[in-house]
Amino acid sequence: MEQPVLKVSGLETHFFTDDGEIPAVDSVDFHVNKGEVLGIVGESGSGKSVTSLSIMQLISAPGKVVGGEISYKGENLLSKSEKEMRKIRGNEIGMIFQEPMTSLNPVFKIGNQLVEGIRIHKKWNKKDSWAHAIKFLKLVGLPRAEELMNEYPHQLSGGMRQRVMIAMAMACEPDVLIADEPTTALDVTIQAQILELMKKLNDDTDTSIIMITHDLGVVAEMCDRIVVMYSGKIVEQGTTKEIFESPKHPYTIGLIESVPDVRTRKERLYSIPGNVPKPGSIKTGCHFAPRCKFAFDKCTEVTPELIDAGNGQMARCWLHEDKEKATLLERVES
Amino acid sequence: MLAYTIRRLLMLIPVLFGMTLIVFFMIRAIPGDPAQVILGQQATEEAIESLTKRLGLDQPWYIQYVDYIKGLFTGDLGTSLRTSSEISGEIWPYLAATLELSLVAMVIAIFIGVNAGIISAWFQNSWFDYTAMVLALVGVSMPVFWLGLMEQWAFSLELGWLPSTGRENVRNPVDAITHLYLVDTLIQGRMDQFGEVVKHLILPGIALGTIPMAIIARMTRSSMLEVMRSDFVRTARAKGTRMFWVVYKHSLKNAFIPVLTVIGLQMGLLLGGAILTETIFGWPGIGRYIYDAINFRDYPVIQSGILVVAVIFVFINLIVDLLYAAIDPRIKYN
Ligand SMILES: Nc1ncnc2c1ncn2[C@@H]1O[C@H](COP(=O)(O)OP(=O)(O)OP(=O)(O)O)[C@@H](O)[C@H]1O
Ligand code: SF4
Ligand SMILES: [Mg+2]
Repeated sequence: MEQPVLKVSGLETHFFTDDGEIPAVDSVDFHVNKGEVLGIVGESGSGKSVTSLSIMQLISAPGKVVGGEISYKGENLLSKSEKEMRKIRGNEIGMIFQEPMTSLNPVFKIGNQLVEGIRIHKKWNKKDSWAHAIKFLKLVGLPRAEELMNEYPHQLSGGMRQRVMIAMAMACEPDVLIADEPTTALDVTIQAQILELMKKLNDDTDTSIIMITHDLGVVAEMCDRIVVMYSGKIVEQGTTKEIFESPKHPYTIGLIESVPDVRTRKERLYSIPGNVPKPGSIKTGCHFAPRCKFAFDKCTEVTPELIDAGNGQMARCWLHEDKEKATLLERVES
Repeated sequence: MLAYTIRRLLMLIPVLFGMTLIVFFMIRAIPGDPAQVILGQQATEEAIESLTKRLGLDQPWYIQYVDYIKGLFTGDLGTSLRTSSEISGEIWPYLAATLELSLVAMVIAIFIGVNAGIISAWFQNSWFDYTAMVLALVGVSMPVFWLGLMEQWAFSLELGWLPSTGRENVRNPVDAITHLYLVDTLIQGRMDQFGEVVKHLILPGIALGTIPMAIIARMTRSSMLEVMRSDFVRTARAKGTRMFWVVYKHSLKNAFIPVLTVIGLQMGLLLGGAILTETIFGWPGIGRYIYDAINFRDYPVIQSGILVVAVIFVFINLIVDLLYAAIDPRIKYN
């Protein structure tokens, strides 16, 4: 089997706040293969952004990566110095952020911001870097690329800014692109264009993409495999087909049920009752138990591990300990 | 930028007119007959009458004002009663002395204050941060006259390192050209005198610069702390930019906007503070010039001196506003 480009194992990122230690990311394991699109889904507060920032080693106080390993092409990023990490950031692993409106520096021209990364990593002169940047602005479908280089972020719309962010993240041709909710802040048509663009980049360049979102529609369209996160932990992982056709965790089922379905014209949207508990607030038992309609005695007493629910699809749910109980889930689906 | 500058210059016209009006009436609001006050109780009727005529005070106020404005347009600031010479001809050496002291104090205050603020924010909660902020707290609460007197006591009286009054060595006087002695001694290549001038600047410079330096340091720190949490700073780091540039390029340019406001205000206050400092250190500046004029009831000098200081104040504000627009591209467009 091919070695994955990026492999995260046992990742622990905690926040040391006044109210105690919050395990925002709690022994998370996943990997991304070359050219693959991996989806990380979960509601707000489930630890998706913290996971991606941990990979980039951009967690700032009071947060700290306290355990695990992040292996990029066989090398552990966690044991790298800040100087070595700088060569990885933007060059090997690119990142697109959730907030296109605020992720560009308001007081520097687009060109200046694009060229910066290219000059750092490729060590090209100003002229070549400038031309390279224009090439990428065109690649992400921005009109008037040459003029845009001399404009400031406030002169661009949200969709254009996000395209600039993508161009910036892609400009050094990274092997992995982490996209943290790249379309959440944008309107639907722009959203579709951006996703299409990313899909195309993935097809054309063989870049692996980690697609972080809480929108299952996005992952269904884009991803090869999916990791479902809940309250700092992975609760289920499998291929996109597996996750959508036979979800094995009650949380995943809830997420899928709450996707608006145009075909069935369901009037009211289903949503999982309750909120994501603050990571670490539930000490014993399954973190999802308070919101789970399948919960039984064991759920609140013992914390479940990831259990193989068949064909390598893993779910953190006690139902899979027992074949009989597992069938409960199937009945809901049909 | 040029259009903006011109617009801002045009907006100054009513401001400057307003100021001449205020100064004009302020002087006339001083109780008592100026001629009587100047000449004293023993003066004869004729003497008072002739002085009143000489001052133009026998005319109705609007004629006096029009004459005053006419004079200003031709660069005529009036005639000193004490020295009987043209104020426009004698004011510059005093003004130059104040400008030299203020500029030196401010440049050093900005340089040290901004850098201390930046480093404190960058290494928040480090020993540097704590030390700098305790010093800044002491600095802002230090009364200028007390600091000045302590400096004189310690460095002049006790240690004898630095002169306590004046701006040059009276036994080796500077040949004034511009009356900015640092400039004059440099263009004449008189390094011995340059050294003397620098020595004379140190104590009053510290007295004058300490408060602005402390305020600038505190403002820079808090502004930097806020900016360094922004999304675009994270973007810059994700590009692989080294921390030095993340701080000094990406963060500082944004954080500098509120710092600039403080610098502008402090420049204004500095002109006021200069009067106190000039008195303590026997500095032959504009503060001393006006102070002596008040003692002598030299009304034309008081009037013109205040006007000149006010005009400088207005131009400092203009420069600050233009710098805003130069730093923040969003300003000139809305
Ligand atoms: N600066 C911080 N201080 C304290 N706790 C934090 C901090 N940042 C994140 N956390 C904790 O980490 C948890 C996960 O946050 P994260 O931003 O990763 O969520 P997310 O899955 O990206 O959500 P969203 O969909 O809203 O982006 C939060 O619920 C919070 O408890
Ligand atoms: S372990 Fe229990 S509470 Fe948790 S998801 Fe499974 S059934 Fe629900
Ligand atoms: Mg997030």
